[in-house]
Amino acid sequence: MSVTKTDRLWLSGNEAIALGAWEAGVQVASGYPGTPSTEILENLCSYEGVYTEWAPNEKVALEVALGASFAGVRALATMKHVGLNVASDPLFTASYTGVRGGLVVITADDPEMHSSQNEQDNRNYAFAAKLPMFEPSDPAEAREMLARAFEVSERYDTPVLFRITTRIAHVKGVVATGKRIGLAEASMEKVPGKFVMLPGPARTRRAAIEQRMTDLRELAETLGENRIEPGATARAFITAGTSYNYVKEAFPEAAVLKLGMVWPLPGEKIRDFAAGVDELIVVEELDPFLETHIKAMGVPCRGKDLIPSRGELNSFIVRQAIEPDKVGELFDPIELPMRPPNMCAGCPHRGLFYCLSRMKDVFVSGDIGCYTLAALPPLSAMDACVCMGASIGMAHGMAKALGEKGKGRIVAVIGDSTFIHSGITGLINSVYNDSYSLVIILDNRITAMTGHQHNPASGANIKGEPAQAVNLEKLCRAIGVKRVTVVNPHDIEATGKVLKKEIARGKTSVVISRAPCVLLPSEVKRKKPVYRTVTENCTGCMACIRIGCPAISWHPLTPEEAVERGYRSKQKGFSMITEVLCNGCGQCAALCKFDAITAVEDEG
Amino acid sequence: MKQSGNILFTGVGGQGILLASELTAYAQLAAGYDVKKSEVHGMAQRGGSVVAHLKYGERVYSPLIEPGTADIQVAFEELEAVRYLPYLHRDSAVVVNTQKILPPAVATGRASYPDNILEELRARHIHVVAVDAFAVAREIGEIRTANVVMVGAMSNFLAVSPGIFLDVIDQRMKKGFRKVNRKAFAAGRDLVYASRRHDKKR
Ligand code: SF4
Ligand code: SF4
Repeated sequence: MSVTKTDRLWLSGNEAIALGAWEAGVQVASGYPGTPSTEILENLCSYEGVYTEWAPNEKVALEVALGASFAGVRALATMKHVGLNVASDPLFTASYTGVRGGLVVITADDPEMHSSQNEQDNRNYAFAAKLPMFEPSDPAEAREMLARAFEVSERYDTPVLFRITTRIAHVKGVVATGKRIGLAEASMEKVPGKFVMLPGPARTRRAAIEQRMTDLRELAETLGENRIEPGATARAFITAGTSYNYVKEAFPEAAVLKLGMVWPLPGEKIRDFAAGVDELIVVEELDPFLETHIKAMGVPCRGKDLIPSRGELNSFIVRQAIEPDKVGELFDPIELPMRPPNMCAGCPHRGLFYCLSRMKDVFVSGDIGCYTLAALPPLSAMDACVCMGASIGMAHGMAKALGEKGKGRIVAVIGDSTFIHSGITGLINSVYNDSYSLVIILDNRITAMTGHQHNPASGANIKGEPAQAVNLEKLCRAIGVKRVTVVNPHDIEATGKVLKKEIARGKTSVVISRAPCVLLPSEVKRKKPVYRTVTENCTGCMACIRIGCPAISWHPLTPEEAVERGYRSKQKGFSMITEVLCNGCGQCAALCKFDAITAVEDEG
Repeated sequence: MKQSGNILFTGVGGQGILLASELTAYAQLAAGYDVKKSEVHGMAQRGGSVVAHLKYGERVYSPLIEPGTADIQVAFEELEAVRYLPYLHRDSAVVVNTQKILPPAVATGRASYPDNILEELRARHIHVVAVDAFAVAREIGEIRTANVVMVGAMSNFLAVSPGIFLDVIDQRMKKGFRKVNRKAFAAGRDLVYASRRHDKKR
């Protein structure tokens, strides 16, 4: 991957973090896939001399990394912002135990919600858990800062939070490379006063945390990562993370205090800097995190009264917020048909959700994955989606609230990976507390949305080597589910029948909708039929249009055009399959009652 | 040589925007620029509208192109060529692949695909270069090189010499694909070059 010189690469933030972790001597790394964090482990797993894994969820990932740290080696846990909510339980108490080997937890936040259900600002976790947090501004810094984060972790006996955002993770830039440091020897050491958080030892550690934060505050004053870039003092800035880049472009002449460690803050440095400038503006994405704490020091500054607290920033937004008269005119956007993402042509989820879309009276409690896209028209077959694993608990809660009225009308839908992440406990609860919702597990044999990572049910590990696979049927039965039915979602008719029957039963039952994701290499390679529209048979009934396959399109006709094509003048249009896009699932063919869709054997 | 510039890549998830923007970035790096590129993964890739920002210069801070400052847009689909209009300015050049991919609302009969959409750009005096990249790629004999045809066409607007692009193709592509992609690049490059000369004559 050489760019010009071999010691410089052009890497994404996530690739740079993988490199940095390897160089920093990380020996164990665990995570759960989640945009924009996924590629860190995907890259790190190809380095020699570091153990990597996909954990079933972020809580487990952090616990694994903590265990490795207790054994004296450097460890890394990676997750997206909402994943840290799941991992927050071990996080808050790991703050008490501290570490043996360095421990860094990466949280990849997603301002603007490019691929997330919320845009929470995880800097708040650093404050709440009393942990130091680093935040780089670009890939090169991400690599360098990670080394510092591990040093700080070991020197101050603390887990370190490392926050990136989408515009670090998925930005590519020039990155320097270095050598790997010498590795620590793993060992077992029993230190109950440090590792066993019973109330007694925990109280002792609680005091140690206060001392640690004081020490870290001192470190923050001298840390190279918190640097002042001299410049004009009439209007000066405090900023961090990607916002730093926007300030540098919008106000290149201004003095800047750039914070690389965003918690705890260097009080003296901030006060000194503020004292030497006329106007101080804090520029940060999302919450007024720095601003609030700077104001709490008694330092007057401006911030969120100017800078938006919603969504991503860029240099334009920053300039406009501060000097609204100085921005030039832009072309106005033109209203165009939106292009939201869609499930792939031939996606097995589509068949299942088509069946649900025909059951108008049913509330579909949904979950997180590619299949969340089924909430969009034309399927519009998902009525709730909150967080990983929530579908089953929410369905149960609705059932308890609705009682008899809800019988036969509540379905939870959850993907295989999401079920293992945090749906299993919900299912245990539904059985234990005697629910009646139908739980559908969409088993497409992979974690698809984040780019096809293996999971405990897929039969392979992070490197694609064979691994033990959870048997979902047996698992559900062991939980106490009496009826577990497996359907092939491409067979719409049979699937519809099973769903109708199971939903009417009035007891918690499970349907496993099983067919591999069409993007799996084995599926891509498999010879499939191609479906073709026999346009002269198409009556324009739009039955096939309702499944929303991207390979099928509707072509409207005027009465004259209809007649010209040999249709009745009343026919409003016809449907057409783009054969190069068709993945041969056959779902649409089953919906057409006029023999207008037929399979052609692949000539190739 | 121009000191800095901004190139926007737009299209539909799955069209090969990533490869096109990577090639361009590596060519800029080889020409001695600092380069940053920003893209979005995850949900946006499932057939949705996608955009990649590429910025080059002596030292690039922000990975995001400011609205009103994209010098070049490489659009892989016609609607997408217009969707990011606020990023363009009057001297922008838009190299657009003349392909129409129907968005879901259009494909399901709930909306229609606007006619002559590229006129919206021309009406604002934006320099539009329409390229039938698929036709060119088909002629070359490898339909999958359409994105490299687009890079070739776009390269006319950059100071980076075509030789650098060809070197990058050699360095970064698998052996069996180099020849055909070099051809695709050259074909794209000649296409626009010819039409620009034609423009001048008129
Ligand atoms: S990637 Fe797989 S699971 Fe996701 S929409 Fe496509 S076929 Fe469906
Ligand atoms: S068979 Fe029909 S539904 Fe399935 S991918 Fe082809 S066009 Fe789409």
